[in-house]
Amino acid sequence: MTALIIAEHDNGSLKSATANTIAAARQLGVEIHVLVAGSACSAAAEQAARLRGVGKVLMADARHYEGGLAENLAALIVSLAPSYSHVLAPATTFGKNVLPRVAAQLDVGQVSDIVEVLAPDTFVRPIYAGNVLAKVRSDDPIKVITVRATAFEATGQGGTAPIDTIAPGPDLGMSRLLERELTHSSRPELTEAKIVVSGGRGLQSGENFKLLETLADRLGAAIGASRAAVDSGFVPNDYQVGQTGKIVAPQLYIAVGISGAIQHLAGMKGSKVIVAINKDPEAPIFQVADYGLTADLFQAVPELISALGQ
Amino acid sequence: MKIVVPVKRVIDANVKVRLKADGSAVDSDNAKMSMNPFDEIAVEEAIRLKEAGAAGEIVAVSIGSDACQDVLRAALAMGADRALLIRTEAVLEPLAVAKLLREVVAREQPRLVICGKQSTDGDANQAGQMLAGLLGWPQATFASKLDLGTDGATVTREIDGGLEIIAVTLPAVVTTDLRLNSPRYTTLPNIMKAKKKPLDVVALDEFGVDTRPRLTTLGLAEPAARSAGVRVADVAELLAKLKNEAKVI
Repeated sequence: MTALIIAEHDNGSLKSATANTIAAARQLGVEIHVLVAGSACSAAAEQAARLRGVGKVLMADARHYEGGLAENLAALIVSLAPSYSHVLAPATTFGKNVLPRVAAQLDVGQVSDIVEVLAPDTFVRPIYAGNVLAKVRSDDPIKVITVRATAFEATGQGGTAPIDTIAPGPDLGMSRLLERELTHSSRPELTEAKIVVSGGRGLQSGENFKLLETLADRLGAAIGASRAAVDSGFVPNDYQVGQTGKIVAPQLYIAVGISGAIQHLAGMKGSKVIVAINKDPEAPIFQVADYGLTADLFQAVPELISALGQ
Repeated sequence: MKIVVPVKRVIDANVKVRLKADGSAVDSDNAKMSMNPFDEIAVEEAIRLKEAGAAGEIVAVSIGSDACQDVLRAALAMGADRALLIRTEAVLEPLAVAKLLREVVAREQPRLVICGKQSTDGDANQAGQMLAGLLGWPQATFASKLDLGTDGATVTREIDGGLEIIAVTLPAVVTTDLRLNSPRYTTLPNIMKAKKKPLDVVALDEFGVDTRPRLTTLGLAEPAARSAGVRVADVAELLAKLKNEAKVI
């Protein structure tokens, strides 16, 4: 039995969620191959080959794989899948987009967003915004799975897998990447950061998020936001933590001016320590917070910043 | 251009769900039921396209028990033209849903299907992509902006790093993200009008589709609850706790 991991990368480097997905695959007790499909993607393939537990890297290099769009990539994966017992990808917007298309074309079900591997065919996945954990067994010949990256510690370096170049599939011509507007930040990535400082509607404006930026920089933290803050246009969509945004599980999560809607809690309640700062003592966020501070954030956050600066 | 919009009836996203005492299933007795919020965004987008002259008829489709007629009526009250209920008591997996929707597409011949990106009960985020895969159509998932032309669509997608703009040929499947639009409130006159709009009910068996489950649920559990911690009096106490007790800074 062998698992095929679909690498997420930007051609020049591997995205970290790939290493978490490989960690989940290692718990299956099967051999592991990694598919790196991209354009001029040999650097990403080399990084994949150095990850511990990887037996072989398959590299498909063609212009039409450059943006990782679903149609061409799914067709390639479907052509490879019959040799594999498992196909896994990270449950990022990349993996969520591509893998169900693969499953349908293979006529198998998909197990989404697994947080635990119990057996090669049995997994735990959250449903209802993480309020219920379902233990499910896949009865299909090929198990197609997306993996919640924060639930598995990334596999480390130390591998020396060979890289096989494979023939690319055709360009189906159905979709084209026109442009990417990526948010550039010198701060750690939200899903990987040890500390996350998150803001909600209580911040009142995008301008006021500068306050959180200063706090985040003092702590070496990433910045997140509630859906309310994103919907209000305070910050871009990729800041959203929640059921349908990013799932984070840092050592420390500081929720500032966030009330704590069910869908937000779904994205952060796996954090080790949760701090809530909110002026409403009844806010639901306090029910999950290890440390709650009932205070006006516009006083408390500057105080925190100045105390941390000493 | 005809648009098909699948809608799902789910426990309202604001309800905190619990398991039944025996742990066999989610306790949906007396729970408020609603249209899946992402599907509401899908219906709204279809109506806006129609209002802008870019779309013709809008057909809302649901799969489930007779109770699902309420979400179809809600879609009709928002502005959909017709509705179809594929009636079944079974709880279907996304692959089965996608196979049924493929049959609906074969009958209705739409140029566009707009789906919610995920349902807030199963959280699978699969059906739209699976439908596109089965049809061999392009897919534009997690859309926050949709520009429809005659032969293609330009779609802005919400991705982990920010935004991405792609062009797809038509016909296509689009799945909605939160920022695509804000669904309208339905008015009483429109709710009354919706009662007169056509709503067909067809038994699942009539589609001749293999909808057997591929996953077996072995058990459900509630995650260990986080207990509320302590309230701190001020910033100084908070920092002291984080340094000395939690040791996270």
